[in-house]
Amino acid sequence: MNEIFTASVFASAIRLATPYIFAGLGETFSQRSGVLNLGVDGIMLMGAFTGFYAVYITENLLIGVLVAMLTGLVMGLAVAFISVTLKAEQGISGIGVYLFGLGLSELLFQKLIGTPKSVDGFTAIYIPGLSDIQFLGIGEIFFKHNLLVYVAFALVPVSAYVLNRTPLGLMIRAVGQNPQAADAMGINVARVRYFTVTLGGVMSGLAGASLSIALLKVFQQNLTSGMGFIAVALVYFGGWRPFGILAGAMLFSFVNALQLQISGIGVDIPAEFAVMAPYVITIITLIFASKRTEKPTALTKPFERGE
Amino acid sequence: MPSHSQRLLQSILNRLLDMVPTLLALVLAFLVASILLFALGADPGTAINSMLQGAFGTENATAETLVKATPILFVAIGISIAFRGGVINIGGEGQMIAGAVAGVTTALVLKDAPAIITIPMSLVMGFISGAFYGGIAGFLRAYFGVNEILSTIMLNQVAVQLMNYLLNNPLLDPAELGTNHIPKTARILAEHQLPRLTINLPEVLVSIFGHADLFAKTRLHYGLIIAIVLAILTYILLWRTTIGYRIRAVGQNERAAQYAGINVKRQMMLSLVLAGGFAGLAGVVQVLGLQYRLQTDGSPAGFTASAGFNGIVAALFGGLNPIGAIPASAFFGGLLVGAQKMQRDLGVPAALITAINGLIVVFVVSSQIFTQRRQRRRATIAVATADMPEADEPAQPVLEEVV
Repeated sequence: MNEIFTASVFASAIRLATPYIFAGLGETFSQRSGVLNLGVDGIMLMGAFTGFYAVYITENLLIGVLVAMLTGLVMGLAVAFISVTLKAEQGISGIGVYLFGLGLSELLFQKLIGTPKSVDGFTAIYIPGLSDIQFLGIGEIFFKHNLLVYVAFALVPVSAYVLNRTPLGLMIRAVGQNPQAADAMGINVARVRYFTVTLGGVMSGLAGASLSIALLKVFQQNLTSGMGFIAVALVYFGGWRPFGILAGAMLFSFVNALQLQISGIGVDIPAEFAVMAPYVITIITLIFASKRTEKPTALTKPFERGE
Repeated sequence: MPSHSQRLLQSILNRLLDMVPTLLALVLAFLVASILLFALGADPGTAINSMLQGAFGTENATAETLVKATPILFVAIGISIAFRGGVINIGGEGQMIAGAVAGVTTALVLKDAPAIITIPMSLVMGFISGAFYGGIAGFLRAYFGVNEILSTIMLNQVAVQLMNYLLNNPLLDPAELGTNHIPKTARILAEHQLPRLTINLPEVLVSIFGHADLFAKTRLHYGLIIAIVLAILTYILLWRTTIGYRIRAVGQNERAAQYAGINVKRQMMLSLVLAGGFAGLAGVVQVLGLQYRLQTDGSPAGFTASAGFNGIVAALFGGLNPIGAIPASAFFGGLLVGAQKMQRDLGVPAALITAINGLIVVFVVSSQIFTQRRQRRRATIAVATADMPEADEPAQPVLEEVV
């Protein structure tokens, strides 16, 4: 057993959780305001590509991150326009956004780069002192990660604070829970939703970059292979709360890391079942998540001013 | 009171007007695509010409387009049912795989039986398997409230892995046993394959085509005919039977349907079961009619070639009407085949089509606000003049309540 549950498994689980946390937190904001953005995976792919390409050209990681976030911002604005202004059905239009991102990122990749290449990307930052802790491998598990991992985990309490303790968070929750009442209170429902969906886009772009220039340091066609959809599922699983998303992301990435470890040391489980496990677990968790009552009442419902 | 012919004319006119936003959405998508092409250094006119040539330029090109359109049409029929029933099925990919696995297994197990038994049995098992796979998501949606968009997406990934496992183990072609085998099944016997489709042209057309047997030397197969017949039958099912009425009632207004005594949960499950069944048929027909064995490169699109997603696009473009899905599927089949020639001629990656498909989905769904507005106004007028709209008028289902 000790061969399976090693410190490096826990450490890689934490690393793997990064894109889910970024995308899941962003999606939490937009769902809390009542908008389901199913295009997360498409935005992640575009962020992953543009961020990677920027680093590939400029060799500047900061520019890569900013470019990825900017891509997410533009696509988030587009999603907001589609679902808030045009009031398009959110489940289906999200699939459109996904296909667009999937196609365009592959198109640009083939046209601009061609074959999979790697970039240097983010390197691990050893937190002085803490990274030397040998006890239970704590140093290796928690304190030897790249910058984006620390940022992602730091954003969890920040997001929880913003959602639960600030006027902005109250506004977002009001809009998602009862847009009519929020509107009557003088809150501009459309503007709040534009803000949250665009923020979600930025976070998805960042999630993509965390994959292409920090975690894997490569870009290839369909790099995310559906991680964005899992991030959306994690929002349901996490009960629309940032710490719930963190728990879900950790569970999911832990299963993922375990799966890599198991196939690595040659335990006799067919590789296909190991790869399948996280998806089956997601479905099972969705069954339990569906009993939750925290779901924003106005989720997926476009706002029509009282008539 | 308007006369019957006036009403008929009005109804036709209304339907044509309903199509306008969809067509505008298409124009808009191609406008964006043209800008993309331009940015990539390709002349949009040349690119479109190249695509048209590739899709319909020769007899073989047209046949390839129809071959590509066949699985898309099967999936689109199912998607039309699901979306009309108010459930969003994104699981076409997984359901296709489920159908293909069951279908190819049946064909291989019944290899000693005559074709008249093996072929129908394979098709039926493919349908049942896809239906079962869709039914899982339907069951979870109806009785556990699990969002079917998410569950079907997850089930797609599960199906890919199940297929990879089966192809590497119990279904592996005995001839491939060895260390570095290619994951694929044995080949289906020639007599158990779906026959190739040849159209015998009437005398007058022979001079135009130069020969009497159209599509004789192409890969076109009977799957296309099966799909078209089922599209028509599904139209009848949806708009001329009680079953179809119930499905659409749930899609239009879940609560009203419940008050009317319809078992909403059962209808939701039925919608996903039927959608899964048609996607399953897409999978088994792909095996029996084209590939003659199940083979994959291990990736999600390795076997399906993304027909499970493209079927959604075609269904939306066909106005969620199975008959409308017929030309819509041919159109998207043409896009895919044409894109390959465009890639060869101009060096523009065929992935452009995936992006265009995404744009079309977004624009078609976004344009529904205009269609709905018109329909609402029409309904108001109809009520005001005590002239109820045609019962069979396919109004847009309300999909907002779903998630």
